[in-house]
Amino acid sequence: MKRFTLISVPYLWLIVLFLVPFLIVLKVSLSDAALAIPPYSPTLDLSQGWAGILVWLDGLDMENYWFLADDNLYWKAYLSSLKIAAISTFLTFLVAYPFAYGMARAADEWQPTLLMLVILPFWTSFLIRVYAWKAILSVEGFLNQFLLWTGAIHDPLIILNTNVAVYIGIVYTYLPFMILPIYAALEKMDASLLEAAEDLGCSRFSAFWLITFPLSRQGIIAGSFLVFIPAMGEFVIPALLGGSRTLMIGKVLWEEFFSNRDWPVASAVAVILLLILIIPIILFQRNEQKNREAQG
Amino acid sequence: MTESASTGTDFEPWNDPKAVPLIQFKNVTKRFGDFTAIDNLTLDIYAREFYALLGPSGCGKTTIMRMLAGFETATEGTISLSGQDMAPVPPNKRAINMMFQSYALFPHLNVWDNIAFGLKRSSMAKDQIAARVEEMLRLTQLEKFARRKPHQISGGQRQRVALARSLAKAPKLLLLDEPLGALDKKLRQETQFELVDIQEKTGTTFVIVTHDQEEAMTVASRVAVMDHGKVVQVDTPANIYEAPNSVYVADFIGDINIIEGYATPISDTMVSVDFAEGQPKIHTSCPTGLTAPQRISFAIRPEKLLISTEKPTESANILSGKVVDIAYLGNISTYHVKLASGQMIKAQSANTRRIRRRAITWEDDVWISFTDTAGMVLTT
Ligand SMILES: Nc1ncnc2c1ncn2[C@@H]1O[C@H](COP(=O)(O)OP(=O)(O)OP(=O)(O)O)[C@@H](O)[C@H]1O
Ligand SMILES: [Mg+2]
Repeated sequence: MKRFTLISVPYLWLIVLFLVPFLIVLKVSLSDAALAIPPYSPTLDLSQGWAGILVWLDGLDMENYWFLADDNLYWKAYLSSLKIAAISTFLTFLVAYPFAYGMARAADEWQPTLLMLVILPFWTSFLIRVYAWKAILSVEGFLNQFLLWTGAIHDPLIILNTNVAVYIGIVYTYLPFMILPIYAALEKMDASLLEAAEDLGCSRFSAFWLITFPLSRQGIIAGSFLVFIPAMGEFVIPALLGGSRTLMIGKVLWEEFFSNRDWPVASAVAVILLLILIIPIILFQRNEQKNREAQG
Repeated sequence: MTESASTGTDFEPWNDPKAVPLIQFKNVTKRFGDFTAIDNLTLDIYAREFYALLGPSGCGKTTIMRMLAGFETATEGTISLSGQDMAPVPPNKRAINMMFQSYALFPHLNVWDNIAFGLKRSSMAKDQIAARVEEMLRLTQLEKFARRKPHQISGGQRQRVALARSLAKAPKLLLLDEPLGALDKKLRQETQFELVDIQEKTGTTFVIVTHDQEEAMTVASRVAVMDHGKVVQVDTPANIYEAPNSVYVADFIGDINIIEGYATPISDTMVSVDFAEGQPKIHTSCPTGLTAPQRISFAIRPEKLLISTEKPTESANILSGKVVDIAYLGNISTYHVKLASGQMIKAQSANTRRIRRRAITWEDDVWISFTDTAGMVLTT
């Protein structure tokens, strides 16, 4: 009995926080838009009993999905999101790896402090931090002022409201999610492995490629998923830093919900986004599983 | 005590003034912060030697190995290999391989790739590498596990992988840090023979750290006994056992009775030792001689003592006591005998009879006798 309770806790959690909201969204995506509160029909009227349920079921259809398939705006947005998420995941990796490596190699007494510094940005509002980037990247922003002052450039760079700003925003925001798993992998690596590699004829550099890098692979994979999955549906960053030409599905979703007030289409967009993300999520789970097994 | 193959055939370069050592430590000191791990060490290791480092935990054995492999630099002094100062040579450029005490197997590579790792870094051809790895797998009886990852094999198997990996490159000098500790006795003896065999075939010089003195005795050409970063004695296993230069060495190697006493010279090579009120003096040889009476330790191995229920008629030394304990070790038994003056003496005798018919048992009054050359007089 006790065991059953223990196991049921995470499942209950999953049902309440994921399955129920998902079913509601799924249901909305099968409805039609309407000028009402809530802005869709049909709504379930249980006072009519069984007949009410039948009427309700009758009103649900796949129309919104056909609409999404017809209008190429949507699949372009999905593709563009995939591309932006993939590129920014890779960029995040490039920035995070040396960072994590340096942390893992730092003296033991420094490591907690460095770890703290990585997590520190989470203590302030995410929105404020993204806004701060506007001030840095804009035409009259700090970055341009600084570069003009040093004489490195003569005309201000146009970064804000382009995809570059979106990449910068995503890399900045999700950096800790990449650093932490890579750091964890590097930190538990036994230093004598590198000595053994050197002893067997490796240079420092090849020892890194043959030993350190492969041993941090699990961390890289985990970090990549942790960045890629949320970046895919990211809305705030493209909305604040991206331009009118930045196409991301999160933005489309937001516009459908709040500008068009077309909840059913917005829900359909969300359901498909989830279906797309399920693949990397499953891969991520598999990777974690393998990781645990490898550690015995 | 089996005679090692290397010592069997007049292999004694350390007695040859013309021989040039392969490895030379000259006044080497190693400090970690203000802790001195190796203290002014000078030693020579000759090519084709099987050199064993023996000593209690923390005395600096691994540190010596790490300095040889190039992972630590000496704070003072020089280490040279074939006459060349090794200080500027990085670990990957030294013709030295080391088997790590912690094995340091690469967890992401299987057994086969672990063993092949060093070979792949050399210019060896692919099929030669494969042949060499197979040979190593056979040698260490790991053929069945070639495709397993290190975490999928047992501790002893891991140790064998580490051994195979360090042997694979057939280095000029092989450093083995407790190579056989996790193996069962039978496999350990087989591997010891293999090591000696490999050494004869390849001419590799071995430096081996071991906690198992029997192992040191079996395989080593010479043994260095260490204490707190210093080498106390370097000698052949037989000399270390039969002629230790100090109580420390005598006590560290094998079982021994140490009796403190006051020695008076009676001739150039004989002394008599007064060790307790009411006990006869011990007559013993002292090849180096004593110039004046002084306090000494008389040391004698348990197997050099004869134990009997009847008083022996003629023996240089005869003591009487009572058996307080018997440790049965299968082929031999150790009798703990308490003398009337309180000292405990351990005497060993072979079990030639079945245990039930043993002549001596608990609480028996017994006689202990030994010749005047059986023991040693140690002044330090
Ligand atoms: N990197 C280091 N920093 C500080 N002290 C060290 C370091 N490496 C070794 N020591 C110290 O030097 C001494 C000798 O260590 P070493 O590893 O050589 O011992 P050992 O003889 O191999 O012991 P064991 O038989 O337990 O393996 C120990 O007291 C150890 O604490
Ligand atoms: Mg050690």
